[in-house]
Order: sequence, then structure tokens, then C-alpha cells
Amino acid sequence: MFKKFSPATDIAGHTPVKTSVQRQIRAAVLSQWKIEPETLEAVWPKKEGLVHVKCREHVSVYTVNSEPVFFQHFDGPFYPTLRLLHKYPYILPKVQVDRGAIRFLLAGAHMMCPGLTSQGGRLPPAEEAIPAEQVVAIHAENKEHAVGVGLTKLSTEDMKKINKGVAVETAAYLGDDLWAHQKL
Amino acid sequence: MGRKNRGQSPPRQAAAAAAPADGEAGSSSLQAQAEAVKEPTPPITVMYCAVCSFPLEYCEFGSSLTRCKEWLKEENEELYNKYYSEEALQAKIGTLSLEAQTKLEKDTAKKEAKAEAKADAALKKKLASTVTIKRIERTKRKHVTAIHGLEAFSIDLKKAAKQLAGRFATGASVTKNAQGLDEIVVQGDVSDEVLEILEKGEGVLKGVPIDNVQIVEDKKKKAES
Repeated sequence: MFKKFSPATDIAGHTPVKTSVQRQIRAAVLSQWKIEPETLEAVWPKKEGLVHVKCREHVSVYTVNSEPVFFQHFDGPFYPTLRLLHKYPYILPKVQVDRGAIRFLLAGAHMMCPGLTSQGGRLPPAEEAIPAEQVVAIHAENKEHAVGVGLTKLSTEDMKKINKGVAVETAAYLGDDLWAHQKL
Repeated sequence: MGRKNRGQSPPRQAAAAAAPADGEAGSSSLQAQAEAVKEPTPPITVMYCAVCSFPLEYCEFGSSLTRCKEWLKEENEELYNKYYSEEALQAKIGTLSLEAQTKLEKDTAKKEAKAEAKADAALKKKLASTVTIKRIERTKRKHVTAIHGLEAFSIDLKKAAKQLAGRFATGASVTKNAQGLDEIVVQGDVSDEVLEILEKGEGVLKGVPIDNVQIVEDKKKKAES
């Protein structure tokens, strides 16, 4: 999503979000992420207005104090930015890719099933299976912090079974243009 | 409460970061407990590399590993040893085949060279780019001043325009010129003053080498007059 992104050309405008809409967003975020209301309050205080940064191709980035906090495609789920995810890693379910995949992930590739099912990769066990179309944090083998945020295309059980094709669609990754811009 | 705490203070401080509820249990004030429940989880502070901006452990995948290494060695020897000591490297290699390892190393070197060349080219371009201050005649005795090329020196044009507007108490705006490039247009003939400001580097107008600044005059065509 942010592989090629430059604020000068890709941002259509900044608009402050109406409080009623902010309330909706807050509720949606709380239901989608495993985050306590208090922690969200620390990240995004009620007093600080949310600013909607409209980008091309229906990508919306939401910023607090001009720092991007989360983003969204159409009216899909909210993805936290990587910097936020690094601070609060527990808010999203985790998947892990093997070491060989890091290189491709950092070039913006989607994550394929074999990278997650191989020895270095890790998927949650069957009882904690992640359904398809869920926002996940992409971690890497032997690394502490997340490298990317993505959306599962298959449920984790299907990933293990099919073991082919795209498993997690990468939305943001370390070193993309959203990462490069700390302020929008 | 104060006296009680004095005795307890060292363990409390240690516990405070992890779980504020523990320390508070002794004094057992209800309010304090309620606060402890509502306390937001403190964020994890991740140390980012100053060179490539990645978390330290991902420097090896960046395009400036050598510089990252140097920086970290100076900044924090302990962490450097954690990520780049012989043992750490050995452990990493263990998971990869030799062939893949050499390929990866080659790739990294190549990437590094590429990034360096790119940075060089960008620097050269920056040094070569010029700022033009243009005095444009509007009527016989009224002028506007157009300043072009500031963005090459990573100056925020909008902020710069605002500063100039405040400074001269005139209108100043960022507009697209005929070539579709952004420039700052200030009302009135202020070209000499702008030059002076650039020379001194006031406010946001910093970092422009004065030799790269030219003053041009743009008169209306003779045919019209």
C-alpha cells in the first residue's frame, strides 16, 4: 500500500474528523484490536482531534498530532502503523515468517504460505486459529519486533493445509514510505 | 502514608514499572487501586538505528549495514555485541546453507553500493541546484518577488512563505509557476532582503549556500508598454 508513496503527490488533503465519526472509529478500533481503552487513550487522547489524511486509491491515514497512528483501505479494517505496533505488540495476533522471507517482505512482497509453515515460521495452534481477512502482525524468525502489518487471506488452518500461494497480504512493512515519514 | 513509604521505597520503585498495583497494596487506599486498574499499559520503547531508522535487529537487511554497525558500536557497545558478535553471527549462519549465505552477503554488498551511489547523486544534485530570486514587475512601480528552488534544500515552502509574510508584513504564498513547479511569491520588491535572510539562515530558511542564490529581474515585455 505504501510502497510508492510521497506526501507531495499522493495526499489529497487533511481534514479533522467529526467527533461523532471519531467515536465510531474508536469503537471499531477497540473491537478490532486487543487493546485496552486506557492504552488507546494514551495513544490517542480524546482531547486530541484525529486528522484524516486522504490518500490516493482510497487509502486513509489517521494521524494524531500529525503522527500517523492507523490507516485503512476503503472502509476495511484498521491497521496500526508499525511504530505503534512496536510500542504495543500485543494488540494484534501474530504470525511469524522464516528468515528467508524477510528479504522479500522488506521489498514489499506479500507473504506466501510456505514462509509461514516452514521451520522458521510460526502459526498459532489450531485452537487459536486466525480467520481469513484478519489484521495480523508479521514477525520474523529470531527477531523481537514486528516487520510488517498484513491481512490474512486464508485462515491459519487453511494455510497449513493448502500451503501454497498468498497467505498474508502485506499492508505496511519496515522501510516503506509510511515508515519513512514520521509526520504527515 | 509518607512514613510507611520511606521504608518501602526501594522495592516500590522497582515494582512500579512492572505493576503499580503491587506497591499500592500496602497502603490499600481504594482510590489508588482504582487508578492502578485504569493505568494504560506503558509502551515498549524500541531502539531504532539512527542511520537506517530500522529497529536494531533489522539493520542487517537495510542498505547501510556498515554504517549502522559503526554507529551502534559507538553508541552502545553492549547492544553491538548482542547483534554482531561472533557468536551471534554464527547462530545466524547455522540456520542458512552456505550457498544462501554467500548470496545474501553479496546482495547486501550490492545493495549498499547502490544506496551509496544514490545518496551521492542526491548530494551532488543538491549542491548543483540553485535558488533564484526573481523580481517580477506588475505595474511600473509595483513588483512581486518569486523565490524558486528552495525545496531542493529540504525547506518547507509553506512554512517559509509564512515566515516571509510575517517578516515583511505582506502577502506571501506558495504557487505553481508556468513549469508546474512550486515557488514562493512575495508581494513587493524584497529580493535583497530575502537574499540577506538566506545568507543569515533565519528561521526555516536554513542551509542554502549563498553562492547558489541568484537574483534575476523579470521585466514586462516592451511590446506591451
